Amino acid sequence: MLETLKVKQAAAAKVAPGRDIPVGVDPEAEAMVSLSDVTLKYGDLLALDRTTVSIKPSEFIAVVGPSGCGKSTLMKLVTGLMPPTTGEIIFDGRRVDGPVQGAGMAFQNATLLPWRTTIDNVMLPLEIVQPYKSRFRSHHDEMVAKAQTLLDVVGLGEFGDKQPWQLSGGMQQRANLCRSLIHEPKLMMLDEPFAALDAFTKEDLWEVLQALWLRQRFTAILVTHDLREATYLADTVYVMSKRPGRILRKCDVPFARPRTPEITFDPAFTELVNELRALIAAVRSS
Amino acid sequence: MQSVIKYGRPWLVAFLLLLVWELSVRIFNIPEFVLPSPTRIAEVTWEFREHLMLHAWQTLMTTLVGFFVAIVVGILLGVAIGSSSAVYDSLYPLLIGFNSIPKVAVVPLIVMWCGIGTLPAIITAFIISFFPIVVNVATGLASVEPEMKDVLRVLGASRYEVLTKVGIPRSLPYLFASLKVAITLAFIGSVVSETIASNDGIGFLMLSASSRFQVALIFSGVIIIAIMSIVMFLICVYAERKLVGWAFRGQAV
Repeated sequence: MLETLKVKQAAAAKVAPGRDIPVGVDPEAEAMVSLSDVTLKYGDLLALDRTTVSIKPSEFIAVVGPSGCGKSTLMKLVTGLMPPTTGEIIFDGRRVDGPVQGAGMAFQNATLLPWRTTIDNVMLPLEIVQPYKSRFRSHHDEMVAKAQTLLDVVGLGEFGDKQPWQLSGGMQQRANLCRSLIHEPKLMMLDEPFAALDAFTKEDLWEVLQALWLRQRFTAILVTHDLREATYLADTVYVMSKRPGRILRKCDVPFARPRTPEITFDPAFTELVNELRALIAAVRSS
Repeated sequence: MQSVIKYGRPWLVAFLLLLVWELSVRIFNIPEFVLPSPTRIAEVTWEFREHLMLHAWQTLMTTLVGFFVAIVVGILLGVAIGSSSAVYDSLYPLLIGFNSIPKVAVVPLIVMWCGIGTLPAIITAFIISFFPIVVNVATGLASVEPEMKDVLRVLGASRYEVLTKVGIPRSLPYLFASLKVAITLAFIGSVVSETIASNDGIGFLMLSASSRFQVALIFSGVIIIAIMSIVMFLICVYAERKLVGWAFRGQAV
């Protein structure tokens, strides 16, 4: 209860409606992430087939599709954790040929480290990523303040000194989002981050994530099963076919930002979700 | 009150067992060279207290030196095995084979190489106790979530950073669990070695007592080893609670 209220307030404070936030993607900009003709095979198994995607800076994309369509494979490819069999991946103007440096990642499992307090968990990337790493000791107070600000944004301002196991699942996932964004990455990978949460907490976290995105304007790739989530959060939704994974359709989501939960009841929103659902149903039965 | 009952229980059980023992010896009139009564053992322990202390000190020192060497070697090997699949593949089968050798049978060999006395006891304590440490540290490292590794790799963390930020803290509870096993094993190792080839230590004392039919003194040795072992075990538990308390207070969901 407490948690929900705090976050609502925090989210409202940070993204006050009517504030002039530059939203929308510059169509002329050079792509932040681009996959050209990327194929991935695990042995004989074709996981991803000749996929071409181009993501602009600050664009929020969502990838949806039936189970086992290679959505998570796509994430591993973009972050360079796995090399493609053929094709080329470019991130921030450079060819990806190893783990990309300084991207943020969040998974379904919050993976907070139980021996660290929440704020120390959030600060973990600052101990690893330059330029923060070399300044970590000398500018420690500054780093703590940075983490505290981010915790305030997600409504965990008073929970920094708590151990992760003292937090609820939703709160852990908020802290996880802070950890993946504290070093202000250009790219954020979200692999079903809210799949394990209950419906109410999940919708709260959509707002939190949107608030963070509006604050930092990172390029985001969200992999999800939840079509409402994809539609609520993304600028562009990509629908993938079942294995071998292929991009079937690219849908632009036109709704203005910041989006509020009420938008999910908008007929246009429902229509888009239904369209996506129909597409995936067609894929699954084919 | 609750905690008094909880912590009082083992003492109560021990007391009852001693009582049954004492009464059985008296009622059935069991001769001392077969089974001395607890009171007789206490008497003999007091009588030989200086002797016992001296040998107990020797055993404790050899055990602790062997144990610490086992911790150092165990952690190094465990980290190597847990963080590199090449090392894992090449060493793990050998270690399992090595561990299945009865250490008692190796002691005469160690004696041939190192002479009798303190050194073979230390070596025996070490070789018998390092294996659980290696296995547990390696297991602890393997228990790091793959997602966490991905997160760190994409942040640009080096292997060393992954190890120090996540791997080693994650494996500490496993390390402490293994220390509790290893310390008791180390005592077994040093006493076995002392029994076979030494002129010092509780093991030697028990052997010489048995050759003179001083059965009560053998029991004194047994009890002293048990006490030392329990105390060291409790120290390990205390260190565990202090250093990795986070592993006991709840589960991160």
